[in-house]
Amino acid sequence: MSKRVLLKGNEVIGQAAIEAGCKLFFGYPITPSTEIIEYLSKHLPKAGGTVLQAEDEIGAINMCYGAACTGTRVMTASSSPGMSLKQEGISYCAAAELPVVLVNVNRTGPGLGGLGPAQSDYFQSTKGGGHGDYRLIVLAPSKSQELYDMTLEAFDLAEKYRNPVLLLTDGFLGQMMEPVELKEKPPSPEVDKSWIVDGAKGRKKRIVASYSLTNEIGEANNLRWEAKYKDIKEKEQRWEEFYAEDADYLIVSYGTTGRISKSVVLNARKKGIKLGLIRPISLWPFPEKAFIPYKDKVKGIVTVELNTGQMIEDVKLAVECKVPVHLYRRQGGMLPTEDGILANVEKVFNLASEEV
Amino acid sequence: MKKVFGRPKGLTEVPFSFCPGCTHGIIMRLIGEVLEELDIIEDTIGVSPVGCAGFSQDFFTCDFVGGPHGRAQAIGTGIKRALPDKIVFTYQGDGDIAGIGTQHAIHTAARGEKITSIMVNNAIYGMTGGQMAPTTLAGMKTSTSPHGRDLVINGHPIDLPKTIATLDGAVYVASVSADSPKNIIQAKKAIKKAFQVQQAGLGFAFVSVLSTCPTNWGLSPQDSLQWLRDNMMPVYKLGELKVAEEVKNL
Repeated sequence: MSKRVLLKGNEVIGQAAIEAGCKLFFGYPITPSTEIIEYLSKHLPKAGGTVLQAEDEIGAINMCYGAACTGTRVMTASSSPGMSLKQEGISYCAAAELPVVLVNVNRTGPGLGGLGPAQSDYFQSTKGGGHGDYRLIVLAPSKSQELYDMTLEAFDLAEKYRNPVLLLTDGFLGQMMEPVELKEKPPSPEVDKSWIVDGAKGRKKRIVASYSLTNEIGEANNLRWEAKYKDIKEKEQRWEEFYAEDADYLIVSYGTTGRISKSVVLNARKKGIKLGLIRPISLWPFPEKAFIPYKDKVKGIVTVELNTGQMIEDVKLAVECKVPVHLYRRQGGMLPTEDGILANVEKVFNLASEEV
Repeated sequence: MKKVFGRPKGLTEVPFSFCPGCTHGIIMRLIGEVLEELDIIEDTIGVSPVGCAGFSQDFFTCDFVGGPHGRAQAIGTGIKRALPDKIVFTYQGDGDIAGIGTQHAIHTAARGEKITSIMVNNAIYGMTGGQMAPTTLAGMKTSTSPHGRDLVINGHPIDLPKTIATLDGAVYVASVSADSPKNIIQAKKAIKKAFQVQQAGLGFAFVSVLSTCPTNWGLSPQDSLQWLRDNMMPVYKLGELKVAEEVKNL
């Protein structure tokens, strides 16, 4: 059973959550993410679930914490300032190893910022965000179909690794309407639930918490989490390559700008410039493996970002600074044009003269 | 020989780690007894906060979840919404529930969330070493009000049960004390009722228990109990502050 529909990006996420078996959604309205809670308020109860509008973002993430402790599929969604408020709870979810699915429809910042699309929460999303040393699995869709598919997968990934998973979209993807195939979700793999709390009937009591009473226990916990993150880093790097194989130059860009960059590559090829694209799909773990074939081969890289240059740091590490890496960015809710990106690529690599 | 007194089944064998004269142990014991008497140990999930009350996760025989400072009721809400047939309670200090977690205290009550919250009020932040709490009395000396709480600078203490009683979703609100055998018996009755309210699915139930902190008050256990009677009781009035009609029929 598969159905092709026209929905707003945020609504696609809501529909996918229902299909994924999400039973509880706790949230607080904030533009440009609000359609997620609105859509679920209308449709989740029909699927036997509950939407609870919390007193604030802090309440919402802690309600997710509680629900996840019971092994119930749960989600929250917000946008940048709201995500800042959730960070304490996200850190606790990571420490208690809870499978919570988070959505950030990135708007601009810092502060209240504006409602336009941005990628300014890259650091917050991929480097921890809250206190302590933890990682979220971060997925970055670039079109509605990926919003759907990745939301479905986010729930499985969260349970597989007992780790929060963040779907990082932006104000553009959230508000845009495009057709999407509502595929039926394949059955989720069986996961170990011998850790959940649901009443100690016929078994010993369980505690889900993250407090380390001694430094020795503290270090043992950190080492356990570290091993898990290493495992995820090994197994879950995702990316898309587009005309990369024979490329002299690469654009690296994710999400909305990754999508725009595809057109840039095609336009460059028409002009005889061998440009390719690596589009990171998992932002954490960052797809370092994608760069192995290219770091000794390409002449230069431009990252295209909607921030002051955040992902560029991971790209430089991935190519071990063997390749010059430049940044082309727009900010404050502005999007780059295809011509603007290509003109920048030509400028930083002095390619204008190579034009045929 | 016949055993006439022992640990209630609601408590584990882990010895209490509280300072001498602290009344946390009494209050936890009361809850342990109630869990046993209502036969709900296997159906109950407790939520512990941060602070001295945070140790509760080790002391009860039921499942437990430990979360951030002040967020126990939001976590409890998540658990209850996921498992509506289970019993969920939070065990929180006054700084936790009336300070950093006030928004959850208000909204959990307003929603009529079908959980039970126990607040242990010793008018001070205990674990961090005796700082001023939202419940610290006017003129009371703490490490962050060394000259006594100045109402002009720090404002007035919060009587949380009185506030919660004004909210429609809260169906049972009681203020009790752990200072004397008579009051401890009253406290147990209130705590038991607060769990029975949840068993009957009637709404939010809240019990505040006046408690001592001899270490941080700088008083002997004996003097602390008298200090509580002389200073806290006139401000935090004892009694059942709210018993909704449906609760009266329990």
